Amino acid sequence: MEYALALLVLAALVTAFVAIPLRRDEAAADAAEADRRAELEAAKEAKYREIRDAELDFRMGKVSEADHRTTDRELRAQAITILERIDALGPEQAVEAR
Amino acid sequence: MEPRRKRKVRAVVLLTVALLLAGALVYTSFSAATEAATPSQLVAAAEAGRSYELTGKVVDGSVERRGEGMRFAVRDRAGQTAIPVVYSGVVPDPFREGREVIVEGRVRDGTLMADRDSLVTKCPSKFSEQKKGSPS
Amino acid sequence: MAAVGSACLFVGLLTAVYAVGASLYGALSGRRRWVDSSRYAMYALAALLITAFGVLEVAYLTSDLSFRIVVQSSSADTPTFYKVTGMWSTQEGSLLLWVLLLSIFSAAVLRATRRTMRETVPYATAVLGGIAVFFLMLSVFAESPFTTFANPPAQGNGLNPLLRHPAMMIHPPMLYSGYVGFSIPFAFAIGALITRRTGADWIRATRRFALIAWTFLGFGIMLGALWSYSELGWGGYWAWDPVENASLMPWLIGTAFLHSVMVQEKRGMLKVWNVSLIIATFVLSLLGTFLVRSGILSSIHAFGASTLGAPFLAFIATVLVGSVVLVLVRLPSLRTEARLDSLLSRESIFVLNNLVLVSVCFVIFWGTFFPLISEALTGTESSVGPPWFNQYVTPLALVLVLLAGIGPTVAWRRATPANLRRSFLVPVAAAAATLVLLLALTPAAESVPSLIMFTLTGFVLAVVGQELWRGVGARRTMAGESPPVALVRLVGRNRRRYGGYTVHAGIALLFLGVAASSAFVDQRDVRLRPGQTSEVGDYEVTYREPTARFLDDESGTGAPITFGAVLDVRHLNGGERFTLNPARNYYAASEGGGPMGAFGRFFQGESTTEVDVRMGVRRDVWMAVQPDLRALIDPIKEANRRFADLPGDAQALVLAAIVERYRSDSPPATFRTLVSPMIAWIWIGGGVVLLGALLALWPTTGARERRVTSVYAARLGRELSRA
Repeated sequence: MEYALALLVLAALVTAFVAIPLRRDEAAADAAEADRRAELEAAKEAKYREIRDAELDFRMGKVSEADHRTTDRELRAQAITILERIDALGPEQAVEAR
Repeated sequence: MEPRRKRKVRAVVLLTVALLLAGALVYTSFSAATEAATPSQLVAAAEAGRSYELTGKVVDGSVERRGEGMRFAVRDRAGQTAIPVVYSGVVPDPFREGREVIVEGRVRDGTLMADRDSLVTKCPSKFSEQKKGSPS
Repeated sequence: MAAVGSACLFVGLLTAVYAVGASLYGALSGRRRWVDSSRYAMYALAALLITAFGVLEVAYLTSDLSFRIVVQSSSADTPTFYKVTGMWSTQEGSLLLWVLLLSIFSAAVLRATRRTMRETVPYATAVLGGIAVFFLMLSVFAESPFTTFANPPAQGNGLNPLLRHPAMMIHPPMLYSGYVGFSIPFAFAIGALITRRTGADWIRATRRFALIAWTFLGFGIMLGALWSYSELGWGGYWAWDPVENASLMPWLIGTAFLHSVMVQEKRGMLKVWNVSLIIATFVLSLLGTFLVRSGILSSIHAFGASTLGAPFLAFIATVLVGSVVLVLVRLPSLRTEARLDSLLSRESIFVLNNLVLVSVCFVIFWGTFFPLISEALTGTESSVGPPWFNQYVTPLALVLVLLAGIGPTVAWRRATPANLRRSFLVPVAAAAATLVLLLALTPAAESVPSLIMFTLTGFVLAVVGQELWRGVGARRTMAGESPPVALVRLVGRNRRRYGGYTVHAGIALLFLGVAASSAFVDQRDVRLRPGQTSEVGDYEVTYREPTARFLDDESGTGAPITFGAVLDVRHLNGGERFTLNPARNYYAASEGGGPMGAFGRFFQGESTTEVDVRMGVRRDVWMAVQPDLRALIDPIKEANRRFADLPGDAQALVLAAIVERYRSDSPPATFRTLVSPMIAWIWIGGGVVLLGALLALWPTTGARERRVTSVYAARLGRELSRA
């Protein structure tokens, strides 16, 4: 029957395909640590974008110099915290083989 | 006022406003709503002057077009009791005998005097019903 | 071939089940290989469903009538465009489209996040796989598109004539892309909740998908409104119909979500609110998919125009209850990281915007489900109509447009009151000027809500203009660029911001169109003989002559018979002159014989309105015709008597002669004419919204990788200055 044949062929193809990752060696890198580093990098970029946004707001006259200084100081302090946490993770591990 | 208290006050105010609006909404929906009815319900006990939303099937052979308007009869989906309808306005494209329709109006002397453009016909396919007229 | 398609679906179901199992096993045991394997399974699922889709499309293109759905919705003489798109006019085909889109979007997001968010992704995969399992079970066990006939019929039914309009056929893929698109951030939110990684990462990873989903869904809703306006005979674009509302509700909550996630990204606030919003958006998307095919609202008492009603409701209930329980259990991880610094901040405007959007959605939800609510509470079923909806939505819409103007003006975190006042000077002045001009030069004062809306549109456009102006000024100060360069760089480097402002401008224009066309439309329904004239609004309309076409359909829908009219339209106070050609297509009834006999059946099938609209920036003139076919009764009877036994080709000649009689006899016809001011701005505004969304979606060049060095503050300064 055409249906049974198609079923077998497709099932075989799919099984072979999803088995590809299963035959690799288990990656050495720690998933949680890689996540944390990526998270912090993303948070850093987001914080930089915030600092630039705040400066644009100031240049466009939406906030006074005093208010901007307060905001900018807060944001930079938060950015520095993120940078410290990135450094605390230690040097980046070798990129794992894909 | 210290921040925490301010926040509490804000929250209470917001909640009160929300409840008042919701209350107004609920109240007006019940008073502005049109009651749904089948032909047998209307034939048996229609209140004069009250707006109804009639659903049922168009009776075969009952459609008469006169000038700008038309007359037809609507029967129960699963029965024979029918009520005549006088209608004027847009006739949706899928309108045909035997199709299910929804039309709004008031009953006068045993006939439903339909609101203009209020005729809706259910499309025979399983997807979107056809719309009626009258934007507002 | 149907067997191959069927097998693809069944293997696809197994693959999806495997994806769920492998991802969960990989997550719980920490064995990454299984998570990778589950991702590969989702890739495989996409490939299988693309194949199944391909098999169906080939069946349509070759008019393979052994497929039941091809017979239902296509035929050999259906125009090619409608052959290709007819698949999703059927229940089975549309389900396949839904799960196909889901598999493609899932494969895309899993590929994009394959090296990141390693704790969350497995659970997101499981959720996406689980949704796919549900839809595939429906397809495989209940509504398979690959059901065949052992003895195929000779002819297909053709696509339902009412759907033969390009907008109507592109509308479902757009809507489904929207619904499916929202499942991506939903799945990641669930994953984030399970793994307690409730920071902004799941939002950042899925931001583009949420925006893409919102854009598709909005575009799909627009197409539906455009179809209603240009294809149906009533001349309106929105009727607060349950089916329309079902698609609008997730879009509104999705809009709220797009705004409030920005607050979480910046300040770590509104965490509970955001996960609740995305759960609501997804549940409403499922509800929307379900409502259109269940019949529980449009058909008042019957439950289910199909067998899918109960399973769908069960699935929706499971998703809703499961998500709510998960949120409650994870409340400790959803504690806010900060508080509102100041009421005068963009964050607080966003909160207001969210409240308004949720209120509008609540109103629509209540009104849409009122038949069921009233039946449950009072025993009598009743429904509310457009006036009720408009009563509540109009003021809320006004507040929304106002906020759309205030938001861009206010700074993030804290705005200085004095600066804010100064920032509002020009826009408020512009709004006041608009108001004065409107009162002096137009009858706008006749409708107070419209007047307010027009003023607010002026306000929003002025705000957006001011943002561009000041932004260019700021760049010139900061980087010394010339104005054109500054403009390009400004928008290019702040795509999300200016994309968003463009969307706001588009929405303001859209509401301008809505307000003007609702409040100031002129409508006339009139019966005219050829030569007669009628007046509508500022126009004089003369019915010049009837038209009749046989097998010569202009609109590309394949209709055999078209009766129409040529009308001369003249503006009363000016030289504007044009013609309109509204028509009506007639299809043959599939049941032979019938009350009108052999020839009568060609006029007794479906008939569709072919509207003619002259669109314009200032106003549209819209016209539909209802020909009076009573003049043809005698010719048809005579033809029945004399020619009923002729062979098919000869019958066609007789039919052509009958059709020609309509033109030569010139009977009267009923016309509906609408003159709608500024209705085109709805579509123009929609286009601007689309442009804004595309701008916001446009990818920026990759984040520059920077090495860790010594002094933080100095490095920070250095890095920022390179921006």
